[in-house]
Amino acid sequence: MPEPVVPEDPPSSRRQLGRALRRPARRQVVVAVLLALVGFAGVTQVLSNDVDDTFAGLREQDLIDILNGLAGTTQRAETEISRLERARDDLQSDTSQREAALEQAQTEANTLSILAGLVPVTGPGIRVTITEVTDQVKLDTILDTVQQLRTSDAEAMQFNGEVRVVAQTSFEDAEGGILVDGTLVEPPYVIDAIGEPDALDEALTFGLGPSYQIVEDGGEMNVDQLRSLDIESVVDPTRADFAEPQ
Amino acid sequence: MIAVVGLLVGILLGFIFRPDVPIGLEPYLPIAVVAALDAVFGGLRAYLDGIFDDKVFVVSFVSNVVIAAGIVYVGDQLGVGGQLSTGVIVVLGIRIFSNVAAIRRHLFHA
Repeated sequence: MPEPVVPEDPPSSRRQLGRALRRPARRQVVVAVLLALVGFAGVTQVLSNDVDDTFAGLREQDLIDILNGLAGTTQRAETEISRLERARDDLQSDTSQREAALEQAQTEANTLSILAGLVPVTGPGIRVTITEVTDQVKLDTILDTVQQLRTSDAEAMQFNGEVRVVAQTSFEDAEGGILVDGTLVEPPYVIDAIGEPDALDEALTFGLGPSYQIVEDGGEMNVDQLRSLDIESVVDPTRADFAEPQ
Repeated sequence: MIAVVGLLVGILLGFIFRPDVPIGLEPYLPIAVVAALDAVFGGLRAYLDGIFDDKVFVVSFVSNVVIAAGIVYVGDQLGVGGQLSTGVIVVLGIRIFSNVAAIRRHLFHA
């Protein structure tokens, strides 16, 4: 393995440089002045470069380039802004559509739950009180009364403040009263019906209508028109076993 | 030795006084500094070659600076100042590289 070559005496160039450093000659003064100038100018330039963030001293062309660059940036930013605004509008209209749909669904659900008797309701209506004076009032007569109320658009009905009458409600004869949906209801029967009070009243008291039949049966009917009536009773929702929405 | 001291004194003076560059000179000072650096490296190379002459050094220094700044000035007047200063920097950079390479060969023989 060859030994690294170690020069016995330093190369002549280095010796020359060393001699110049050790023994300054007078002609170096000129060089020193110029080098001082370079150092001064260099430092000045570096410092001004650090400090100078303004556009003073830039060439016209440079300024135009900067301006063009800014214009391009502005345009890109504006494009981005309009894109984002479009996205925002889309999302907003999406949201409002969804809200409208939700509202509609909610309204529908409210209507349906009133019809199905799932929620307590309030509104104007009539209170029909049927008392038995001389004899028992027949189930058919009661049924007739309910049917009359239904045909004149009663939106909700209840018996004696405890049984809600809906489309599926059943009526049966029973000892000491009637069974409405399996619940014993005893006379006097109080039927609350929400709807147009005049129309409901009319539906019960026309010529040979329910009022006449009740008197025939040996009872008495009293109709109160109320501005506001609360129907508190509800039915438990039942799941349809056979019918399916189409 | 005096030369090195001169360089240090110049740098020190620059730091002490922190002069503001006149706006008219602002585009030319960097070019002038690079041109002066080229002259300095050229001078060092000539010294190591043994052909250094202080008169030649002074003249080349001054002419380098003046010509570099002048070219850029003319370029500014013609509306191509930016491109010309780039060109001058490239040329001076190449020269500085070749001078430094020669100096390196002298000092390190490599």
